[in-house]
Amino acid sequence: MATHTLSVLVENSPGVLARIAALFSRRGYNIESLAVGPTEDSNISRMTIVITVEGHALQQVIAQTNKLINVLSITELDPIASVQRELLLVKVNTSPETRSQVLETVQLFRAKVVDVAQDAVTIEATGNSEKIHALLRVLEPYGIKELVQSGLVAMERGLKPGTSSL
Amino acid sequence: MSEQITGAQSLVKALEHAGVDVMFGIPGGAILPAYDPIFDSTIRHILVRHEQGAGHAATGYAQVTGRVGVCIATSGPGATNLVTALADAQMDSVPIVAITGQVSSSAIGTDAFQEADIRGITMPVTKHNFLITNPDDIPNAVAAAFHIASTGRPGAVLVDISKDALQKMTTFHWPSEVILPGYSPILNPANSEVVAAVNLIAEAKQPVFYVGGGLIKSDASKELLKLAEFTGAPVVTTLMARGAFPDSHKQHLGMPGMHGTVAAVTALQKADLLITLGARFDDRVTGQVSSFAPNAKIIHADIDPAEIGKVRQADVALIGDLKNTINALQIEVEKAFKKAKPDIADWWKQCNGWLNKFPLGYDQPSDGSLSPQYVIERIGKIAGPEAIYVAGVGQHQMWASQFVSYENPRTWLNSGGLGTMGYAVPAAMGAKVGLPGATVWAIDGDGCFQMTNQELVTCALNNIPIKVAIINNESLGMVRQWQTLFYNSRFSNTDLHSHRVPDFKMLAEAMGCVGLRCETKEDVDRVIQEAMAINDRPVVIDFNVHRDAMVWPMVAAGASNDDIVVAKSMAPIWDSQEL
Repeated sequence: MATHTLSVLVENSPGVLARIAALFSRRGYNIESLAVGPTEDSNISRMTIVITVEGHALQQVIAQTNKLINVLSITELDPIASVQRELLLVKVNTSPETRSQVLETVQLFRAKVVDVAQDAVTIEATGNSEKIHALLRVLEPYGIKELVQSGLVAMERGLKPGTSSL
Repeated sequence: MSEQITGAQSLVKALEHAGVDVMFGIPGGAILPAYDPIFDSTIRHILVRHEQGAGHAATGYAQVTGRVGVCIATSGPGATNLVTALADAQMDSVPIVAITGQVSSSAIGTDAFQEADIRGITMPVTKHNFLITNPDDIPNAVAAAFHIASTGRPGAVLVDISKDALQKMTTFHWPSEVILPGYSPILNPANSEVVAAVNLIAEAKQPVFYVGGGLIKSDASKELLKLAEFTGAPVVTTLMARGAFPDSHKQHLGMPGMHGTVAAVTALQKADLLITLGARFDDRVTGQVSSFAPNAKIIHADIDPAEIGKVRQADVALIGDLKNTINALQIEVEKAFKKAKPDIADWWKQCNGWLNKFPLGYDQPSDGSLSPQYVIERIGKIAGPEAIYVAGVGQHQMWASQFVSYENPRTWLNSGGLGTMGYAVPAAMGAKVGLPGATVWAIDGDGCFQMTNQELVTCALNNIPIKVAIINNESLGMVRQWQTLFYNSRFSNTDLHSHRVPDFKMLAEAMGCVGLRCETKEDVDRVIQEAMAINDRPVVIDFNVHRDAMVWPMVAAGASNDDIVVAKSMAPIWDSQEL
């Protein structure tokens, strides 16, 4: 089983997310993460879908997704040839003794403190999945009160046109 | 300034522009505004007795004519009653368009009276669907629906229109072209792939044409005949492709699959090349996939790219319309065979051996009761290859696929993919409406018939004189067969007790049809002839047949095709060299 990142351009029409979700559900494809947002063209949205599939099953996922009338294009993003980012907000327990250590970790990971309370700080971090996981591993011993993570968003590197070709 | 009309008038105008000549439906609250302009339209509306019947009728109409079938229903239960028929048409790639009324846009999402999210419900069982709440969008949606249903791999499309969109004023503009940026079916295969395919054909010693329903959708029977005769390779036609290649042709080995001929099943198993044309490696054909055609290379021609590699990896993929694909193959094959024509004489020796040793057959019941296979065989002989045959689902369907000889495409209609019991009567109705000059026989089971027979009322009142043969074995025969074989003859809930309850002859007469009954072999021909002579009303014949008859040959579900059984506990005896 391998993880693949798909970048899917879809018409910005009602029900399109339901169509994608229903297709993946009924064909038994396992979604790891899904992020949807607008593009530079207000008629078009981009979905970044991370899935775990075996070998040639990926071709099936792409072919079946492509059959949806509202799907304009679908490409698999090579992790090396693309920029892939997740956003993390995490609320970590702090005491007067640990606060400086936590803040040091924030510095090291080039993250940001976005809220401070008596006994906790809220940290914002962006990065690829490995960086986010590494940060969480370091913060875990202090006690994580709450966390929220976005799905992965990704874009091909360089000049290769994305939406502009449409 | 363009003329102001209602959304409902715009809908009916759009359907007229789409070339609709007939639609099947039932009115109700939300669709009511549309029924007023329908009253004045050139489109014939046939008032059915259940929306499922409307859906299957649209399917039957589409299957015989090749044109888009249309059904129409109201919101809520009217729309949900269409779901089975939509799923059925989608599974068998039949082009139909369903129009449904929806509650007013302001009421959507409030659990209003007769509200159902039919767009959400039908998403997984349609090729595409629309929810229209602005009357200005109606013509574009209708044009797109017909375009999507009828092009590429055909399928079912639903257009749901809110009641206020039907009532509001709008102007009518029929689009000169349909613009769908995410939809552009590939019509011609890549030339490099055609050459690669022909290289495989030129090298093959044991090739088989594995022909599916896509060939009929593409109207490519003539092209197939030419290519098959030129190459000389054996042909098998799946349940959805019966009639795509003449049964009488000496290269035809019959139907493959769970109840296929030994020759067709075995030829696929032993082949070194499958030339797959519009077939999808359905589990009823392949049996256990891992042991299906283990030595065969695969050429897979289909208009749907997602079929390539879905079940079986292809060595060569030919994506495009089959007619174009076969024509392209023909040109390249003729070039290649000029250099050297492959010698497949040994292969034919084997195939003919299986054909001769294991022909399709059946035993007459020892107690003198009527054999269901005999009844079906006689209907096929008497009505002939120009008639249309429509089956339900179960034993009678398999016998009708085996014991009627099909010579022409679009003469065999059945529910292959979804396996919808109750399909036959309404689909036969639709077929007869599509081809009023044709003799249309529904070959139905007593179980199936009791699901949708009310459409005979529709037939009787609308001058749609179909003929229905009920193969009455008083049980859910196919399930009973499986209980016999796999559940130690414990017949849990398969006995329908339908010897006389209902009395099908009286039921037929109550519905305005002619009711006939046949209980003995001697009467079979006479009763069929009697039915053939009646053309002013639908006819129903209750054939009381032997209830223990079984469908053979058989490959048990999930078993390997190598384990085909020709009759109960009797596997074919292979010559050692064949194994």
